Amino acid sequence: MLRPQGMVTLSLGATDRKDAWWLSPLLFAIAFGGFSIYATWAAWQNEFYRFGPYLSPFYSPLLKPEWLPPWLSPAFLILGAPLGFRLTCYYYRKAYYRAFLLDPPGCAVGEGKPSGYRGERAFPFILQNLHRFFLALAILVWGILVKDTVEACIWDGQFGIGLGTLVMMVNVVLLGLYTFSCHSFRHLIGGKHDCWSCLTFGKQRHTLWRGVSWLNGRHMQFAWVSMIWVGLTDVYIRLCAMGLLQDSRLF
Amino acid sequence: MSTQKVTLRVYRGDAESGELQDYTVEVSEGMVVLDAVHQIQATQAPDLACRWNCKAGKCGSCSAEINGKPRLMCMTRMVDAIKTAEGGPILVKPMKTFPHIKDLVTDVSQNYRNNKKITPFRPAPKGPDGEWKIFQYEIDRAQEFRKCIECYLCQNVCHVLRDHHEFSFAGPRYMVRAAGLEMHPADQGDRIDQLKEELGIGYCNITKCCTEVCPEGIHITDNAIIPLKERVVDEHYDPITALFRKVFGKKAPPNPAP
Ligand code: SF4
Ligand code: SF4
Ligand code: FES
Ligand code: FES
Repeated sequence: MLRPQGMVTLSLGATDRKDAWWLSPLLFAIAFGGFSIYATWAAWQNEFYRFGPYLSPFYSPLLKPEWLPPWLSPAFLILGAPLGFRLTCYYYRKAYYRAFLLDPPGCAVGEGKPSGYRGERAFPFILQNLHRFFLALAILVWGILVKDTVEACIWDGQFGIGLGTLVMMVNVVLLGLYTFSCHSFRHLIGGKHDCWSCLTFGKQRHTLWRGVSWLNGRHMQFAWVSMIWVGLTDVYIRLCAMGLLQDSRLF
Repeated sequence: MSTQKVTLRVYRGDAESGELQDYTVEVSEGMVVLDAVHQIQATQAPDLACRWNCKAGKCGSCSAEINGKPRLMCMTRMVDAIKTAEGGPILVKPMKTFPHIKDLVTDVSQNYRNNKKITPFRPAPKGPDGEWKIFQYEIDRAQEFRKCIECYLCQNVCHVLRDHHEFSFAGPRYMVRAAGLEMHPADQGDRIDQLKEELGIGYCNITKCCTEVCPEGIHITDNAIIPLKERVVDEHYDPITALFRKVFGKKAPPNPAP
Protein backbone atom coordinates (compact mmCIF):
# COMPACT_ATOMS: atom_id res chain seq x y z
CA MET A 1 0.00 0.00 0.00
CA LEU A 2 1.31 3.40 -0.95
CA ARG A 3 1.76 5.94 1.72
CA PRO A 4 -1.18 8.24 1.29
CA GLN A 5 0.05 11.65 0.34
CA GLY A 6 -3.24 12.89 1.76
CA MET A 7 -2.28 11.88 5.27
CA VAL A 8 -0.08 14.94 5.27
CA THR A 9 -1.98 17.43 7.35
CA LEU A 10 -1.61 21.01 6.31
CA SER A 11 -1.50 23.60 9.05
CA LEU A 12 -4.31 26.08 9.43
CA GLY A 13 -4.51 28.43 6.47
CA ALA A 14 -1.77 26.66 4.48
CA THR A 15 -2.54 26.77 0.77
CA ASP A 16 -0.99 27.27 -2.64
CA ARG A 17 -3.86 29.53 -3.63
CA LYS A 18 -2.91 33.11 -4.29
CA ASP A 19 -6.37 34.63 -4.55
CA ALA A 20 -8.22 36.28 -1.68
CA TRP A 21 -10.02 33.14 -0.46
CA TRP A 22 -10.32 34.70 3.00
CA LEU A 23 -12.31 37.67 1.77
CA SER A 24 -15.82 36.23 1.67
CA PRO A 25 -15.62 34.51 5.09
CA LEU A 26 -14.28 37.77 6.47
CA LEU A 27 -17.14 39.80 4.99
CA PHE A 28 -19.61 37.28 6.33
CA ALA A 29 -18.09 37.43 9.80
CA ILE A 30 -18.24 41.22 9.81
CA ALA A 31 -21.78 41.48 8.45
CA PHE A 32 -23.26 38.64 10.47
CA GLY A 33 -21.41 39.69 13.60
CA GLY A 34 -22.56 43.27 13.15
CA PHE A 35 -26.14 42.24 12.59
CA SER A 36 -26.12 39.99 15.67
CA ILE A 37 -24.78 42.76 17.87
CA TYR A 38 -27.35 45.23 16.58
CA ALA A 39 -30.22 42.75 16.90
CA THR A 40 -29.30 41.87 20.48
CA TRP A 41 -29.00 45.52 21.41
CA ALA A 42 -32.30 46.39 19.73
CA ALA A 43 -34.05 43.47 21.43
CA TRP A 44 -32.81 44.60 24.86
CA GLN A 45 -34.08 48.14 24.41
CA ASN A 46 -37.72 47.27 25.14
CA GLU A 47 -38.80 50.67 23.81
CA PHE A 48 -39.08 52.62 20.55
CA TYR A 49 -40.33 49.60 18.64
CA ARG A 50 -43.64 51.17 17.71
CA PHE A 51 -44.43 54.24 15.73
CA GLY A 52 -47.93 55.06 14.52
CA PRO A 53 -49.22 51.83 13.01
CA TYR A 54 -45.68 50.46 12.54
CA LEU A 55 -44.27 47.63 14.58
CA SER A 56 -40.63 46.61 14.40
CA PRO A 57 -40.14 43.09 13.00
CA PHE A 58 -37.84 42.35 15.96
CA TYR A 59 -40.86 42.71 18.25
CA SER A 60 -43.44 40.89 16.20
CA PRO A 61 -45.56 39.09 17.27
CA LEU A 62 -45.74 41.30 20.33
CA LEU A 63 -46.43 38.98 23.24
CA LYS A 64 -46.64 40.44 26.72
CA PRO A 65 -47.81 37.72 29.08
CA GLU A 66 -48.41 38.77 32.67
CA TRP A 67 -45.56 36.72 34.06
CA LEU A 68 -43.07 38.58 31.91
CA PRO A 69 -40.82 40.57 34.24
CA PRO A 70 -40.76 44.24 33.22
CA TRP A 71 -37.00 44.26 32.67
CA LEU A 72 -37.25 41.50 30.08
CA SER A 73 -38.01 42.67 26.58
CA PRO A 74 -40.85 40.79 24.84
CA ALA A 75 -38.55 40.49 21.84
CA PHE A 76 -36.76 37.65 23.59
CA LEU A 77 -39.90 35.53 23.59
CA ILE A 78 -39.98 35.36 19.84
CA LEU A 79 -36.40 35.88 18.75
CA GLY A 80 -35.71 32.13 18.92
CA ALA A 81 -37.80 31.41 15.84
CA PRO A 82 -35.98 33.57 13.28
CA LEU A 83 -32.67 32.93 15.02
CA GLY A 84 -33.11 29.14 14.90
CA PHE A 85 -34.27 29.37 11.32
CA ARG A 86 -31.20 31.25 10.20
CA LEU A 87 -28.77 29.23 12.31
CA THR A 88 -29.97 25.94 10.84
CA CYS A 89 -30.32 27.35 7.30
CA TYR A 90 -28.18 25.48 4.80
CA TYR A 91 -26.68 28.70 3.49
CA TYR A 92 -25.79 30.13 6.91
CA ARG A 93 -24.38 26.79 7.95
CA LYS A 94 -21.97 26.87 5.02
CA ALA A 95 -21.03 30.44 5.79
CA TYR A 96 -20.41 30.09 9.51
CA TYR A 97 -18.74 26.69 9.31
CA ARG A 98 -16.26 28.43 7.07
CA ALA A 99 -16.02 31.84 8.70
CA PHE A 100 -16.30 30.99 12.41
CA LEU A 101 -15.34 27.34 12.75
CA LEU A 102 -12.77 27.37 9.92
CA ASP A 103 -14.03 23.94 8.94
CA PRO A 104 -12.76 24.46 6.24
CA PRO A 105 -11.51 28.07 6.18
CA GLY A 106 -11.57 27.91 2.39
CA CYS A 107 -11.49 25.37 -0.40
CA ALA A 108 -8.11 23.62 -0.64
CA VAL A 109 -6.95 25.60 2.39
CA GLY A 110 -5.49 23.66 5.32
CA GLU A 111 -7.44 23.15 8.53
CA GLY A 112 -4.73 21.89 10.83
CA LYS A 113 -7.05 19.69 12.89
CA PRO A 114 -7.46 16.33 11.20
CA SER A 115 -8.91 13.97 13.79
CA GLY A 116 -12.15 13.87 15.67
CA TYR A 117 -14.28 15.41 12.95
CA ARG A 118 -17.90 14.26 13.17
CA GLY A 119 -19.59 16.82 10.95
CA GLU A 120 -23.35 16.75 11.23
CA ARG A 121 -23.42 13.16 12.42
CA ALA A 122 -23.12 13.93 16.12
CA PHE A 123 -24.15 16.51 18.69
CA PRO A 124 -24.33 19.49 18.36
CA PHE A 125 -24.58 19.72 14.59
CA ILE A 126 -26.88 16.75 14.24
CA LEU A 127 -29.53 19.21 15.41
CA GLN A 128 -29.29 20.91 12.02
CA ASN A 129 -31.65 18.18 10.88
CA LEU A 130 -34.45 20.04 12.66
CA HIS A 131 -34.32 22.86 10.14
CA ARG A 132 -37.77 22.09 8.69
CA PHE A 133 -39.43 22.71 12.06
CA PHE A 134 -37.86 26.15 12.20
CA LEU A 135 -39.15 26.61 8.67
CA ALA A 136 -42.68 26.00 9.94
CA LEU A 137 -42.16 28.61 12.67
CA ALA A 138 -40.65 31.03 10.17
CA ILE A 139 -43.65 30.73 7.88
CA LEU A 140 -45.90 31.47 10.84
CA VAL A 141 -43.86 34.52 11.80
CA TRP A 142 -43.85 35.65 8.18
CA GLY A 143 -47.65 35.48 8.15
CA ILE A 144 -47.72 37.68 11.24
CA LEU A 145 -45.39 40.17 9.60
CA VAL A 146 -47.74 40.29 6.61
CA LYS A 147 -50.55 41.10 9.02
CA ASP A 148 -48.39 43.82 10.64
CA THR A 149 -47.78 45.30 7.22
CA VAL A 150 -51.48 45.37 6.41
CA GLU A 151 -52.06 47.09 9.75
CA ALA A 152 -49.33 49.58 8.88
CA CYS A 153 -51.73 50.89 6.21
CA ILE A 154 -54.30 51.92 8.81
CA TRP A 155 -53.84 55.26 10.54
CA ASP A 156 -56.53 55.84 13.19
CA GLY A 157 -59.05 53.86 11.19
CA GLN A 158 -58.13 55.58 7.93
CA PHE A 159 -56.27 54.01 5.04
CA GLY A 160 -52.90 55.60 4.53
CA ILE A 161 -49.40 54.80 3.47
CA GLY A 162 -46.26 56.24 4.94
CA LEU A 163 -42.65 55.69 3.99
CA GLY A 164 -42.49 53.25 6.89
CA THR A 165 -45.32 51.21 5.35
CA LEU A 166 -43.24 50.83 2.20
CA VAL A 167 -40.21 49.86 4.25
CA MET A 168 -42.29 47.16 5.93
CA MET A 169 -43.71 45.99 2.60
CA VAL A 170 -40.26 45.51 1.14
CA ASN A 171 -39.35 43.70 4.33
CA VAL A 172 -42.10 41.08 4.00
CA VAL A 173 -41.35 40.60 0.32
CA LEU A 174 -37.65 39.98 1.00
CA LEU A 175 -38.35 37.76 4.00
CA GLY A 176 -40.87 35.85 1.91
CA LEU A 177 -38.31 35.31 -0.83
CA TYR A 178 -35.82 34.08 1.73
CA THR A 179 -38.31 31.81 3.52
CA PHE A 180 -39.82 30.27 0.41
CA SER A 181 -36.48 29.66 -1.27
CA CYS A 182 -35.49 27.40 1.63
CA HIS A 183 -34.05 23.99 0.79
CA SER A 184 -36.41 22.23 3.19
CA PHE A 185 -39.35 24.00 1.58
CA ARG A 186 -38.12 22.89 -1.83
CA HIS A 187 -38.02 19.33 -0.55
CA LEU A 188 -41.38 19.41 1.17
CA ILE A 189 -43.37 20.97 -1.67
CA GLY A 190 -42.27 18.26 -4.06
CA GLY A 191 -38.52 17.67 -4.14
CA LYS A 192 -39.04 14.42 -2.27
CA HIS A 193 -40.84 12.86 -5.24
CA ASP A 194 -39.12 11.01 -8.05
CA CYS A 195 -41.92 9.90 -10.30
CA TRP A 196 -43.99 13.01 -10.92
CA SER A 197 -46.13 11.39 -13.59
CA CYS A 198 -47.23 8.90 -10.89
CA LEU A 199 -48.73 11.73 -8.82
CA THR A 200 -52.07 13.45 -9.08
CA PHE A 201 -51.43 16.89 -10.57
CA GLY A 202 -47.83 15.74 -10.97
CA LYS A 203 -47.07 18.13 -13.83
CA GLN A 204 -48.40 21.12 -11.91
CA ARG A 205 -46.54 20.11 -8.78
CA HIS A 206 -43.40 19.74 -10.84
CA THR A 207 -43.88 23.27 -12.17
CA LEU A 208 -44.26 24.54 -8.61
CA TRP A 209 -41.10 22.69 -7.62
CA ARG A 210 -39.28 24.21 -10.59
CA GLY A 211 -40.37 27.66 -9.46
CA VAL A 212 -39.15 27.07 -5.92
CA SER A 213 -35.92 25.64 -7.32
CA TRP A 214 -35.41 28.88 -9.23
CA LEU A 215 -35.82 30.84 -6.03
CA ASN A 216 -33.62 28.34 -4.21
CA GLY A 217 -30.78 29.06 -6.63
CA ARG A 218 -30.80 32.63 -5.24
CA HIS A 219 -31.18 31.65 -1.61
CA MET A 220 -27.87 33.13 -0.54
CA GLN A 221 -28.69 36.50 -2.06
CA PHE A 222 -32.10 36.50 -0.39
CA ALA A 223 -30.48 35.57 2.92
CA TRP A 224 -28.25 38.63 2.75
CA VAL A 225 -30.72 41.23 1.57
CA SER A 226 -33.49 40.05 3.87
CA MET A 227 -31.18 40.11 6.88
CA ILE A 228 -29.93 43.59 6.10
CA TRP A 229 -33.43 44.91 5.38
CA VAL A 230 -34.94 43.50 8.56
CA GLY A 231 -32.28 45.40 10.47
CA LEU A 232 -32.96 48.59 8.51
CA THR A 233 -36.71 48.25 9.12
CA ASP A 234 -36.07 48.21 12.84
CA VAL A 235 -33.67 51.14 12.53
CA TYR A 236 -36.26 53.13 10.59
CA ILE A 237 -39.09 52.56 13.05
CA ARG A 238 -36.80 53.12 16.01
CA LEU A 239 -35.53 56.44 14.67
CA CYS A 240 -39.10 57.57 13.97
CA ALA A 241 -40.20 56.53 17.45
CA MET A 242 -37.26 58.37 19.00
CA GLY A 243 -38.23 61.46 17.08
CA LEU A 244 -34.92 61.56 15.25
CA LEU A 245 -36.50 60.96 11.87
CA GLN A 246 -39.61 62.40 10.29
CA ASP A 247 -41.77 59.68 8.72
CA SER A 248 -43.30 61.05 5.55
CA ARG A 249 -46.91 60.24 4.90
CA LEU A 250 -47.33 59.49 1.20
CA PHE A 251 -51.13 59.45 1.16
CA MET B 1 -0.41 36.61 -28.94
CA SER B 2 3.07 35.56 -29.98
CA THR B 3 4.96 32.96 -28.00
CA GLN B 4 6.04 33.72 -24.48
CA LYS B 5 8.39 31.94 -22.09
CA VAL B 6 6.80 30.87 -18.82
CA THR B 7 8.01 28.82 -15.86
CA LEU B 8 6.03 25.79 -14.83
CA ARG B 9 6.81 24.47 -11.35
CA VAL B 10 5.85 20.80 -11.37
CA TYR B 11 5.76 18.29 -8.54
CA ARG B 12 8.17 15.44 -9.31
CA GLY B 13 8.51 12.38 -7.15
CA ASP B 14 7.15 9.05 -6.08
CA ALA B 15 5.63 7.60 -2.93
CA GLU B 16 8.89 8.00 -1.03
CA SER B 17 9.97 11.54 -1.75
CA GLY B 18 9.25 14.43 -4.02
CA GLU B 19 10.27 17.95 -4.93
CA LEU B 20 9.18 20.85 -7.08
CA GLN B 21 11.04 21.25 -10.33
CA ASP B 22 11.04 24.30 -12.61
CA TYR B 23 10.65 24.00 -16.39
CA THR B 24 10.55 26.75 -18.97
CA VAL B 25 7.88 26.32 -21.62
CA GLU B 26 7.02 28.24 -24.77
CA VAL B 27 3.44 29.32 -24.52
CA SER B 28 1.54 30.02 -27.72
CA GLU B 29 -2.02 31.12 -28.23
CA GLY B 30 -4.79 28.78 -27.11
CA MET B 31 -2.49 26.55 -25.10
CA VAL B 32 -3.76 24.75 -22.01
CA VAL B 33 -1.75 23.53 -19.02
CA LEU B 34 -1.84 19.95 -20.31
CA ASP B 35 -0.15 21.14 -23.53
CA ALA B 36 2.60 22.68 -21.45
CA VAL B 37 3.06 19.43 -19.53
CA HIS B 38 3.23 17.56 -22.84
CA GLN B 39 5.81 20.03 -24.07
CA ILE B 40 7.94 19.29 -20.99
CA GLN B 41 7.60 15.57 -21.66
CA ALA B 42 8.60 16.03 -25.30
CA THR B 43 11.54 18.35 -24.80
CA GLN B 44 12.88 18.14 -21.27
CA ALA B 45 11.60 15.32 -19.09
CA PRO B 46 10.31 12.27 -20.96
CA ASP B 47 9.80 10.47 -17.65
CA LEU B 48 7.32 13.01 -16.29
CA ALA B 49 4.19 11.02 -15.39
CA CYS B 50 0.74 12.41 -15.98
CA ARG B 51 -2.61 10.88 -16.74
CA TRP B 52 -4.70 12.13 -19.63
CA ASN B 53 -6.89 10.85 -22.37
CA CYS B 54 -9.28 13.13 -24.21
CA LYS B 55 -7.92 16.67 -23.91
CA ALA B 56 -11.55 17.75 -24.12
CA GLY B 57 -12.67 17.81 -20.50
CA LYS B 58 -14.63 14.62 -20.88
CA CYS B 59 -12.56 11.69 -19.62
CA GLY B 60 -11.77 13.12 -16.20
CA SER B 61 -8.17 11.86 -16.20
CA CYS B 62 -6.05 14.99 -16.05
CA SER B 63 -7.07 16.35 -12.63
CA ALA B 64 -4.38 18.29 -10.79
CA GLU B 65 -3.91 21.31 -8.57
CA ILE B 66 -2.95 24.36 -10.57
CA ASN B 67 -1.82 27.32 -8.50
CA GLY B 68 -3.48 25.64 -5.55
CA LYS B 69 -6.84 25.12 -7.22
CA PRO B 70 -8.16 21.70 -8.19
CA ARG B 71 -8.65 21.82 -11.98
CA LEU B 72 -8.56 19.77 -15.14
CA MET B 73 -5.22 20.47 -16.84
CA CYS B 74 -6.82 20.21 -20.27
CA MET B 75 -9.48 22.79 -19.46
CA THR B 76 -7.22 25.38 -17.89
CA ARG B 77 -5.84 27.87 -20.36
CA MET B 78 -2.25 28.97 -19.90
CA VAL B 79 -3.29 32.62 -20.06
CA ASP B 80 -5.53 32.02 -17.04
CA ALA B 81 -2.89 30.02 -15.22
CA ILE B 82 -0.40 32.85 -15.79
CA LYS B 83 -2.93 35.25 -14.32
CA THR B 84 -3.69 33.19 -11.21
CA ALA B 85 0.04 32.63 -10.65
CA GLU B 86 0.26 36.41 -10.07
CA GLY B 87 3.71 36.84 -11.53
CA GLY B 88 5.21 33.69 -10.01
CA PRO B 89 5.76 30.33 -11.68
CA ILE B 90 2.70 28.25 -12.51
CA LEU B 91 2.41 25.61 -9.85
CA VAL B 92 1.23 22.16 -10.96
CA LYS B 93 0.79 19.53 -8.26
CA PRO B 94 -0.98 16.17 -8.06
CA MET B 95 -4.25 15.90 -6.17
CA LYS B 96 -3.41 16.03 -2.49
CA THR B 97 -6.12 13.81 -1.07
CA PHE B 98 -5.19 10.52 -2.69
CA PRO B 99 -2.16 8.26 -2.22
CA HIS B 100 0.60 9.42 -4.48
CA ILE B 101 2.06 7.21 -7.21
CA LYS B 102 4.39 9.30 -9.36
CA ASP B 103 4.68 12.96 -10.36
CA LEU B 104 1.15 14.07 -11.23
CA VAL B 105 -0.44 10.65 -10.92
CA THR B 106 -2.35 9.57 -7.83
CA ASP B 107 -4.08 6.38 -6.77
CA VAL B 108 -7.81 7.05 -6.84
CA SER B 109 -8.92 3.46 -6.23
CA GLN B 110 -10.43 4.26 -2.83
CA ASN B 111 -13.16 5.99 -4.77
CA TYR B 112 -14.01 2.83 -6.68
CA ARG B 113 -14.27 0.93 -3.43
CA ASN B 114 -16.68 3.53 -2.05
CA ASN B 115 -18.70 3.32 -5.24
CA LYS B 116 -19.37 -0.38 -4.65
CA LYS B 117 -21.26 0.41 -1.46
CA ILE B 118 -24.10 2.02 -3.41
CA THR B 119 -27.13 -0.10 -4.25
CA PRO B 120 -27.23 -0.17 -8.06
CA PHE B 121 -30.23 0.76 -10.23
CA ARG B 122 -33.27 -1.31 -9.27
CA PRO B 123 -35.72 -0.82 -12.12
CA ALA B 124 -39.45 -0.94 -11.54
CA PRO B 125 -41.35 -3.61 -13.48
CA LYS B 126 -42.16 -2.55 -17.01
CA GLY B 127 -45.67 -1.53 -17.99
CA PRO B 128 -48.06 -3.85 -19.91
CA ASP B 129 -46.67 -2.59 -23.21
CA GLY B 130 -43.24 -3.83 -22.15
CA GLU B 131 -41.88 -0.29 -21.73
CA TRP B 132 -41.01 2.10 -18.97
CA LYS B 133 -42.82 5.35 -19.31
CA ILE B 134 -40.67 8.27 -18.20
CA PHE B 135 -41.22 11.87 -19.13
CA GLN B 136 -38.31 14.12 -19.93
CA TYR B 137 -39.32 16.71 -17.32
CA GLU B 138 -39.13 14.18 -14.51
CA ILE B 139 -35.79 12.68 -15.53
CA ASP B 140 -34.09 16.08 -16.01
CA ARG B 141 -32.99 16.11 -12.41
CA ALA B 142 -31.28 12.72 -12.54
CA GLN B 143 -29.66 13.62 -15.85
CA GLU B 144 -27.76 16.51 -14.32
CA PHE B 145 -25.93 13.90 -12.27
CA ARG B 146 -25.15 11.77 -15.30
CA LYS B 147 -22.86 14.54 -16.56
CA CYS B 148 -20.25 13.50 -14.00
CA ILE B 149 -16.94 12.58 -15.64
CA GLU B 150 -15.41 11.08 -12.48
CA CYS B 151 -12.53 13.50 -12.41
CA TYR B 152 -12.56 13.30 -8.59
CA LEU B 153 -11.77 16.97 -8.21
CA CYS B 154 -14.70 17.19 -5.82
CA GLN B 155 -13.40 14.24 -3.79
CA ASN B 156 -10.00 15.90 -3.76
CA VAL B 157 -11.24 19.24 -2.46
CA CYS B 158 -13.79 17.94 0.05
CA HIS B 159 -12.37 18.78 3.47
CA VAL B 160 -13.84 15.61 5.00
CA LEU B 161 -11.49 13.55 2.83
CA ARG B 162 -8.73 16.07 2.29
CA ASP B 163 -8.19 17.37 5.79
CA HIS B 164 -9.92 14.87 8.05
CA HIS B 165 -8.97 11.78 5.99
CA GLU B 166 -12.40 10.42 6.82
CA PHE B 167 -12.85 7.86 4.09
CA SER B 168 -15.94 6.39 5.70
CA PHE B 169 -17.58 9.35 3.96
CA ALA B 170 -18.15 8.22 0.38
CA GLY B 171 -17.56 11.76 -0.87
CA PRO B 172 -19.42 14.22 -3.09
CA ARG B 173 -19.01 12.22 -6.30
CA TYR B 174 -20.90 9.34 -4.69
CA MET B 175 -23.54 11.61 -3.25
CA VAL B 176 -24.07 12.63 -6.87
CA ARG B 177 -24.28 9.04 -8.02
CA ALA B 178 -26.63 8.04 -5.20
CA ALA B 179 -28.81 11.08 -5.96
CA GLY B 180 -28.98 10.14 -9.64
CA LEU B 181 -30.28 6.70 -8.68
CA GLU B 182 -32.53 7.80 -5.81
CA MET B 183 -34.21 10.48 -7.90
CA HIS B 184 -34.64 8.32 -10.97
CA PRO B 185 -38.39 7.96 -11.64
CA ALA B 186 -38.13 4.27 -12.50
CA ASP B 187 -35.84 3.24 -9.67
CA GLN B 188 -37.14 1.27 -6.72
CA GLY B 189 -33.96 0.97 -4.69
CA ASP B 190 -33.88 2.53 -1.24
CA ARG B 191 -30.55 4.07 -0.33
CA ILE B 192 -31.57 6.28 2.55
CA ASP B 193 -30.28 4.14 5.41
CA GLN B 194 -27.17 3.44 3.39
CA LEU B 195 -26.61 7.15 2.85
CA LYS B 196 -26.88 7.78 6.55
CA GLU B 197 -24.64 4.91 7.64
CA GLU B 198 -22.21 3.40 5.11
CA LEU B 199 -21.99 6.43 2.84
CA GLY B 200 -21.79 8.86 5.77
CA ILE B 201 -23.76 11.79 4.37
CA GLY B 202 -23.75 13.40 7.82
CA TYR B 203 -20.02 14.07 7.50
CA CYS B 204 -20.73 16.62 4.82
CA ASN B 205 -21.22 20.05 6.32
CA ILE B 206 -22.44 21.55 3.04
CA THR B 207 -19.56 23.99 2.74
CA LYS B 208 -19.78 23.65 -1.04
CA CYS B 209 -16.16 23.34 -2.13
CA CYS B 210 -17.14 20.34 -4.28
CA THR B 211 -19.62 22.48 -6.19
CA GLU B 212 -17.01 25.18 -6.69
CA VAL B 213 -14.57 22.86 -8.44
CA CYS B 214 -16.85 20.61 -10.50
CA PRO B 215 -15.80 21.05 -14.17
CA GLU B 216 -19.21 19.81 -15.29
CA GLY B 217 -20.96 22.50 -13.27
CA ILE B 218 -23.06 19.97 -11.37
CA HIS B 219 -24.80 21.62 -8.42
CA ILE B 220 -23.46 18.91 -6.16
CA THR B 221 -24.42 20.46 -2.83
CA ASP B 222 -27.72 22.11 -3.74
CA ASN B 223 -29.18 19.49 -6.04
CA ALA B 224 -27.68 16.24 -4.78
CA ILE B 225 -26.46 16.43 -1.19
CA ILE B 226 -29.02 18.75 0.41
CA PRO B 227 -32.06 16.98 -1.11
CA LEU B 228 -30.58 13.66 0.05
CA LYS B 229 -30.04 15.09 3.52
CA GLU B 230 -33.68 16.12 3.54
CA ARG B 231 -34.67 12.57 2.60
CA VAL B 232 -32.58 11.24 5.47
CA VAL B 233 -34.41 13.68 7.75
CA ASP B 234 -37.74 12.31 6.46
CA GLU B 235 -36.78 8.83 7.54
CA HIS B 236 -34.76 9.47 10.66
CA TYR B 237 -35.26 12.84 12.27
CA ASP B 238 -38.78 13.90 11.51
CA PRO B 239 -41.42 12.27 13.73
CA ILE B 240 -44.26 14.07 11.96
CA THR B 241 -43.40 12.77 8.49
CA ALA B 242 -42.80 9.33 10.02
CA LEU B 243 -46.27 9.37 11.56
CA PHE B 244 -47.79 10.58 8.32
CA ARG B 245 -46.11 7.73 6.49
CA LYS B 246 -47.40 5.20 9.04
CA VAL B 247 -50.96 6.40 8.52
CA PHE B 248 -50.95 6.90 4.75
CA GLY B 249 -48.40 4.28 3.72
CA LYS B 250 -45.01 4.69 2.09
CA LYS B 251 -44.46 6.77 -1.01
CA ALA B 252 -46.36 5.72 -4.13
CA PRO B 253 -44.61 2.94 -6.03
CA PRO B 254 -42.71 4.44 -8.93
CA ASN B 255 -43.99 4.03 -12.43
CA PRO B 256 -47.16 2.01 -12.00
CA ALA B 257 -48.64 0.48 -15.10
CA PRO B 258 -50.59 3.15 -17.00
S1 SF4 C 1 -20.28 20.32 0.48
FE1 SF4 C 1 -19.97 18.41 1.61
S2 SF4 C 1 -19.26 16.96 0.08
FE2 SF4 C 1 -19.01 19.01 -0.80
S3 SF4 C 1 -16.92 19.57 -0.31
FE3 SF4 C 1 -18.21 20.37 1.33
S4 SF4 C 1 -18.23 18.78 2.93
FE4 SF4 C 1 -17.46 17.84 1.04
S1 SF4 D 1 -19.20 15.48 -9.60
FE1 SF4 D 1 -18.05 16.95 -10.85
S2 SF4 D 1 -16.12 17.23 -9.74
FE2 SF4 D 1 -17.06 15.39 -8.92
S3 SF4 D 1 -16.18 13.70 -10.07
FE3 SF4 D 1 -18.07 14.29 -11.11
S4 SF4 D 1 -17.48 15.79 -12.66
FE4 SF4 D 1 -15.75 15.59 -11.24
S1 FES E 1 -33.74 28.87 5.20
FE1 FES E 1 -31.88 28.53 4.22
S2 FES E 1 -32.14 26.47 3.72
FE2 FES E 1 -33.95 26.78 4.80
S1 FES F 1 -7.67 14.81 -20.61
FE1 FES F 1 -9.73 14.13 -20.48
S2 FES F 1 -10.50 15.52 -19.03
FE2 FES F 1 -8.54 16.32 -19.36
